[in-house]
Amino acid sequence: MRSVIDVPDLSLEELDQLMDTAEDIISHPDSYQDACRRKKLATLFFEPSTRTRLSFEAAMYELGGNVLSVTGANTSSAAKGESVADTAKTVSCYADIIAMRHPKEGAALVAANNATVPVINAGDGGHCHPTQTLADLLTIRREKGHFSGLTVGLCGDLKFGRTVHSLIHALCRYDNMHFVLISPEELKVPSYVKNDALKNKGIPYEQTTSLEEAIGSLDILYMTRVQRERFFNEEDYLRLRDSYILTPEKLRLARPDLCVMHPLPRVNEISVAVDKDPRACYFKQVLNGKYMRMALILMLLREAGTL
Amino acid sequence: MNVDSIRDGIVIDHIAAGCGMKLYRLLGLENLNVPVAMITNVASARRGRKDIIKIDADIPVSFDVIGYVDPAATVNIIRGGTLIEKKQIDMPEMLSNVIRCKNPRCITSTEQELDNIFRLTDRAKKEYRCIYCDTKAASL
Repeated sequence: MRSVIDVPDLSLEELDQLMDTAEDIISHPDSYQDACRRKKLATLFFEPSTRTRLSFEAAMYELGGNVLSVTGANTSSAAKGESVADTAKTVSCYADIIAMRHPKEGAALVAANNATVPVINAGDGGHCHPTQTLADLLTIRREKGHFSGLTVGLCGDLKFGRTVHSLIHALCRYDNMHFVLISPEELKVPSYVKNDALKNKGIPYEQTTSLEEAIGSLDILYMTRVQRERFFNEEDYLRLRDSYILTPEKLRLARPDLCVMHPLPRVNEISVAVDKDPRACYFKQVLNGKYMRMALILMLLREAGTL
Repeated sequence: MNVDSIRDGIVIDHIAAGCGMKLYRLLGLENLNVPVAMITNVASARRGRKDIIKIDADIPVSFDVIGYVDPAATVNIIRGGTLIEKKQIDMPEMLSNVIRCKNPRCITSTEQELDNIFRLTDRAKKEYRCIYCDTKAASL
């Protein structure tokens, strides 16, 4: 049974297909309104999430399907000590496809290994969040029209930020990419990500602590939030929380065609005043995420022979 | 120092000096009720110094574990006091339930019944990563 746990589970051709389907959904939404009629998506969210769960549920409703929802480990059998494997086997009896978020890294793989329906990883701790990356890719394609020769700046928490790691891995599969990694010393991209994705493939990158110095060279600026839940130590979180804040003043140093992205939710790392700037693309990114989740649900259900 | 030759068993030879005891523990030899000789720091033409483990019993041993600890080791199968087979060892692509993931955020830290599985991600660096969370295995 095909599941999607991480972005490399999808080939470049499949990514293109998903983006083509998403574009077609955007152009012809009515054609898809009954595509998943009488099919059920189970959203198993054992960690707090609003937008990802709602995005999956909106995606299934717009495909004409239904949703079974579990939110929070306290309200499910997980609170009674049920294993992820047993949960996956049980839910497979009720639903045609599962989207799961879990605080433990690797939980989605365990679910996929035991479910008899496709599993989509909706985030497993700080490990992977592939559908966020799908949203990011569609946003870049829609804003820039291509993936070749882009200079991509990633700013903020590059150590614990799973969306950043996934995006680097996804973008480095395209030609002539150039990365600028902007973070405080304590939150730099881990060396294994740099080695695997960049150094070993000879992909050029720079590391800097200054957003102001880097912003003028960028085609894409991907901002991230410093996430409290990724820190064991509250003091470290408070010290690093306000490291980088994007303001209209800093945006004046940027190119007119810069695309500002953020996986959301933001705390204060992008000033609200930036929202009015046409270069702010983060709410388009949210919408693109729903379309890519629709495309992914369709692809997996078709491959499973359910549609 | 004399160690009796064995009649039916296994000799794990050319183990890097200092790795013999690690291999002894990972193979679970301390739990066996058979004669086992652990010889360390022997002069070796090939490796300078080496460790040797002799097991005087016809028992199965995991070549994956040996390959993980030291792929340059060799395994000699002895029957009736005669060497009948010499096996070359390689690093296994997957390692199941030999080592545990040290990442406290990994699903294996809370679901103890899960198999601890690592895959070889860099042969030159002898690097293994947990299949669940991608955390690098701790050095031996």
